[in-house]
Amino acid sequence: MNVVVFGSAFVSGFIIMVLEMLGGRIIAPWFGGDIYVWGSIITVFMLALSLGYLLGGRWSLRNASLKRYGGIFLLGGVLMLPVVFSADLIMAAIFDQIVDARYGSLVASLALFLLPSLVMGMVSPYSVRLLTRSRETSGASAGLLYFVSTLGSALGTLATSFYLVALLEMNQILLTAIAIMIGNGMLLLALHKRMPVT
Amino acid sequence: MNIFFQLGRCARAAKKLLSIGLAATLMCLPASAKVIHEERSLYRNILISEENGERCMRFVLHARATHNQSCINLREPRKLVFDYTKMVLAAILVKPEPKNILIVGLGGGTLPKTLHELLPNSTTTSAEIDPAVVKAAKRYFDYQESERIQTVAMDARVYLKRAIRDGKKWDLIILDAFNGDYIPEHLMTKEFLQEVRSALQPGGLVAANTFATSRLYHHESVTYEAVFAQVKMLSSERGNRVLLAAADAFVLPGPDLAAQEWQARLTPYGVDVRQLLALEKPADWDKSVKVLTDQFAPANLLKH
Repeated sequence: MNVVVFGSAFVSGFIIMVLEMLGGRIIAPWFGGDIYVWGSIITVFMLALSLGYLLGGRWSLRNASLKRYGGIFLLGGVLMLPVVFSADLIMAAIFDQIVDARYGSLVASLALFLLPSLVMGMVSPYSVRLLTRSRETSGASAGLLYFVSTLGSALGTLATSFYLVALLEMNQILLTAIAIMIGNGMLLLALHKRMPVT
Repeated sequence: MNIFFQLGRCARAAKKLLSIGLAATLMCLPASAKVIHEERSLYRNILISEENGERCMRFVLHARATHNQSCINLREPRKLVFDYTKMVLAAILVKPEPKNILIVGLGGGTLPKTLHELLPNSTTTSAEIDPAVVKAAKRYFDYQESERIQTVAMDARVYLKRAIRDGKKWDLIILDAFNGDYIPEHLMTKEFLQEVRSALQPGGLVAANTFATSRLYHHESVTYEAVFAQVKMLSSERGNRVLLAAADAFVLPGPDLAAQEWQARLTPYGVDVRQLLALEKPADWDKSVKVLTDQFAPANLLKH
């Protein structure tokens, strides 16, 4: 069970940085490659994570289960779909409404990335809940959890910016990421039936 | 002038030093060079230096080669220093009197200045992302804005998208957005070039300063071919390459005809029209490589 949770936290940490790194590429054709574009993206991801931690923690208070945990992954994957299929439509509408490229890129980042990254932010506190067996070990399991998920983020950043963009088209990378999130969610649902959480 | 030799030597010197910062970059300048201005802008380190009667703007990449972005000859300011600037002027041999010109990437402002002198009735707009470059061009390279010479300090892709929506069109679009060693990927894709094409007046022409080496040579070439019906290449032995492209077929004028008409006008700029036209080379790139798109744009990874 612990292995499953750590593995899932790694996956979510990895995927969120795949999305963030591609964010700059997604937005550049509409709002440029300027520093404020990265500012917008990082602001939105940080905001989303902070809200995700809050909500994930709250949601773990009652009836914590692998089923609900898997649900977070399914939802996170599904919420990334608009980035693949309607990003240009959304950004065209924002481009028409907002002339200042700074606020244009901020609104575009909010529209595209807030929800999926918020949901992925829920994974960490929820993982801690599933891992915690006793008060004495809670710090150690939280520490290990953040180690694994942040390591996932580091590798997701590296893999995307060094290799994936040179190998695949952006939408292929995103669809693979979505498939991994949904696959991970399904796996958790399947395991839920075998291993109820206490 | 032997820039590439200098670059190689300076890159090696910088590597030996293994130091980050200006100590290493200054090594890259010949001993005779005098630094007259240094500035760290939001986008790059800008260095203005003088040597052998030339004043140059360089974008400095620490512990790496510096790139001369723009140089002027101080004794004969009209004389163009770089091959690529001369090669871009081939565009006006193809399309003799462009009225509206868009330039992406200002540098020292040599191109807008020269084009305005050659074509006083034309209006030139330069899109330059870095306000510090615009300021340096005005201060050190005699770049003067006027009703006919305008600058917008904006990302070119954003400017162009907005301009297309406002119905603006140009007769000649010059693409010269090099950021030292780094290329803005979103200014090299098929979608960007499609926007460029749609911002051309009927019969309009694109002149692009492009990569002459590395895998990018091939990728960039096929990307132009994917968008424009006709692409012609000029390339010089010193490693400059300019692509001329248009939505319709066009021909470079024959050397005799062009020489008669243009040589007198271009002589002050150090352009020999016959030599210039002789730089046209047949397409020799690998056509099987992938076109660069907004979806697939690993431009900077392709240089290695």
